[in-house]
Amino acid sequence: MMKLTIALLILCMAPFSNAFAAESSVPLDRAPVDITDNASLQRGAESFVNYCLTCHGASYMRYNRHRDIGLTNEEILGKLVFTGQKVGDLMQSAMRKKEGQEWFGMVPPDLSVIARSRGADWLYTYLRTFYRDDDTATGWNNLVFDRVAMPHVLYQLQGEQRLVAKGDQKSLVLDKPGQMSGADFDKFAGDLVNYLVYLGEPHANARKELGIQVMIFLLGMLALSYALKKEYWKDIH
Amino acid sequence: MSNMFNSMIEWIDKRFPLTSNWKAHLSEYYAPKNFNFWYFFGSLALLVLVNQLITGIFLTMNYKPDASQAFASVEYIMRDVDYGWLIRYMHSTGASMFFVVVYLHMFRGMMYGSYRKPRELLWLVGMCIFFVLMSLAFTGYILPWGQMSYWGAQVIVSMFGAIPAVGDTLQQWLLGDFTLSDAALNRFFAYHVVTLPLVLLVLVFVHILALHETGSNNPDGIEIKENKNPTTGIPVDGIPFHPYYSVKDIVGVVVFLIVFCGIIFFAPEMGGYFLEYNNFIPANTLQTPDHIAPVWYFTPYYSMLRAVTVNFLGIDAKLWGVILMAGSVVIFCFLPWLDRSPVKSIRYKGPYFKIALTLFVISFFVLGWLGTKSPTPMYTLLAQIFTVIYFAFFILMPWYSKIDKTKPEPKRLQE
Amino acid sequence: MMADSFSINDKMSGRRKFLVAATSVAGGIAGAAIATPFLLSMMPSERAKAAGAPVEVDISKLEPGMLMMVEWRGRVVWVLNRTPEMLETLPKLEDQLADPNSEKNQQPEYAKNLTRSIKPAILVIEGVCTHLGCSPVFRKDVAPEDLGPDWLGGFFCPCHGSKFDLAGRVYKSVPAPTNMVVPPHVYLSDSRLLIGSESEGSA
Repeated sequence: MMKLTIALLILCMAPFSNAFAAESSVPLDRAPVDITDNASLQRGAESFVNYCLTCHGASYMRYNRHRDIGLTNEEILGKLVFTGQKVGDLMQSAMRKKEGQEWFGMVPPDLSVIARSRGADWLYTYLRTFYRDDDTATGWNNLVFDRVAMPHVLYQLQGEQRLVAKGDQKSLVLDKPGQMSGADFDKFAGDLVNYLVYLGEPHANARKELGIQVMIFLLGMLALSYALKKEYWKDIH
Repeated sequence: MSNMFNSMIEWIDKRFPLTSNWKAHLSEYYAPKNFNFWYFFGSLALLVLVNQLITGIFLTMNYKPDASQAFASVEYIMRDVDYGWLIRYMHSTGASMFFVVVYLHMFRGMMYGSYRKPRELLWLVGMCIFFVLMSLAFTGYILPWGQMSYWGAQVIVSMFGAIPAVGDTLQQWLLGDFTLSDAALNRFFAYHVVTLPLVLLVLVFVHILALHETGSNNPDGIEIKENKNPTTGIPVDGIPFHPYYSVKDIVGVVVFLIVFCGIIFFAPEMGGYFLEYNNFIPANTLQTPDHIAPVWYFTPYYSMLRAVTVNFLGIDAKLWGVILMAGSVVIFCFLPWLDRSPVKSIRYKGPYFKIALTLFVISFFVLGWLGTKSPTPMYTLLAQIFTVIYFAFFILMPWYSKIDKTKPEPKRLQE
Repeated sequence: MMADSFSINDKMSGRRKFLVAATSVAGGIAGAAIATPFLLSMMPSERAKAAGAPVEVDISKLEPGMLMMVEWRGRVVWVLNRTPEMLETLPKLEDQLADPNSEKNQQPEYAKNLTRSIKPAILVIEGVCTHLGCSPVFRKDVAPEDLGPDWLGGFFCPCHGSKFDLAGRVYKSVPAPTNMVVPPHVYLSDSRLLIGSESEGSA
């Protein structure tokens, strides 16, 4: 019994727990991630190009890769490429590194694999919890990333939030409404985070599809090899 | 057709010992007939080794061992190279699975006394393989040049700085620079893809040769060679490895592949255990991540490294940590001489050994779990307690294995 | 014999024979399936494909008699604006050429004509000798000393002496076996030429 228990322990060592995810004092909201939802990914891609790509790069990603999410080369050129780049080019940031250093005190990080290091829930919470703070250089602060160097680039959409602290409980109140309602802005951020998850691993859907075929083959192979083993071991008494 | 085949074999046999080797190592290599599932892990380790070699070769075709390009070249493999993601995940998952099967293989040896006479050398060669494997894992983990690669390597290399007198010089010699930099990345790449794999292959070859000299142990821990059929000279309880264990190992391989492919295709990060989240951030030499932990297979030793917090016997805590960490691995080498029990297998050993082994396994897991956590006073205390238990298993073994109440070993293998 | 224990033989039961055969076949399929992604990974990557994307060139400033070099997929492509005198040489050479009518498949269908081009004057051709891949030299001088009195202008490969005319057609009795390659190309406008593609969409 002991040996079985140990084997099981090793094989299931909490495979899906987020043991190493960034620890945060604020509970994270669950991001609506579905990387098979092409409509959401396309909306997210457009928002990404419009709001993020000016400062951040996604410099391991090629524009033409977006065929994964159901866009043709013409659509990619029309919707995503603005700076005269070619469809096979990498998604470089429009801003130079030196400018980033001057404006924000640091180079904005590349976002190609940001969802793989931060996790979708963190990003979803982060994008929605900027608030006004006069003590910081940018005039903005964030619930999950204290004194973040990035200003709230989405404030025209979301509006301006204010921090209300009751003891340990922190919450945000909307002071000035933005162009979007709260629900619409959540959906906007959800699409953007969904896109970032796709961006972190563009082949993830193909990986799972291939995996299912491999598993079916292996199960067949298991039946066959087990029958072969049984057949030979009839000889052993 | 079969005639042509036979004459071809005959032609080769006159020039190369093909048939005689085939017989000696496969079709007339007699293995005990009572192997259970624990005996799959040796051949599975060989399978993972082949996987690592082949996927590794294909990764080097696109990887760049250059501090300014390494991180990007891994993402290039993941995105721009056809099926690069598959090859990379096969290699990263294979690294962790190598340790899974090797740990299980070693634990099998501890349960059934496979390190005991006449297999002491076999065990020692196996331990050498384990050391090389750890070096391979360490040098390989640096290559993606992410935050965990960089800071993990920083911690390990700093351990050499703890060695009195020569520490600092040794550290600079290892790094080829005053800090961890491009020079170190480049040479660790050389070790990872050339030096260590070559050494590993030679050791694996020697390990198998030594095994086939002594013959395999078995769950009963008795020597099948002591009971041979007087006319044929074949062990009564032995069966030819091929075809019986080859067909059985195929089943083991398929079951293993189901687990292996399950991880590759459906959970390649394995919740941050196989691919750590912070390693998706490019190495930043100016900023340590909030929380650094080695990959899971090193965490038990890492816990012991951190467990010592006081100076004693005139040696400072840092050096004690390094000594304990190195000792926790090296101490396995002494097992053949620490075990004084009259029997080999756990089946016939008494309660003391069973309790000791269980406590050892628990301490290994607890230390492993603690190694993934940020240290708190509570966790450090736990790590200290379990470090003591871990070492007690070995150091007290000559005593408890001798006074233990064993059962008599049978003459023949049990069903 | 060594192979007996696993190869199918008469001593085996039918079931055993079948299982050995079936497992071997399944193992073979698995092996081929595993080899496939490894072999495919050695094909040009997305980066190589992006670098080899079609190249757009402006030929408005290309004077008659001038040769322009363009890099496409790491290879040199020549764009030559031939003068009327140069074009006149083409029909004169037919008996000296190996493939005067471009029968061999070394050009797209739209360049399978006497001038081997879309516009008669403009030759678009890969500057790569079909012998062993050297880049020939453009020799527009007529009857030079080293090439003999019959030379009417063309391309000469310095590596092994292969000769091509002003449409990239190969001479007889030289090492190169075929005419030089005309890459896919298309005119986006009168002066804008796209090399490497036959449609405007993939620009």
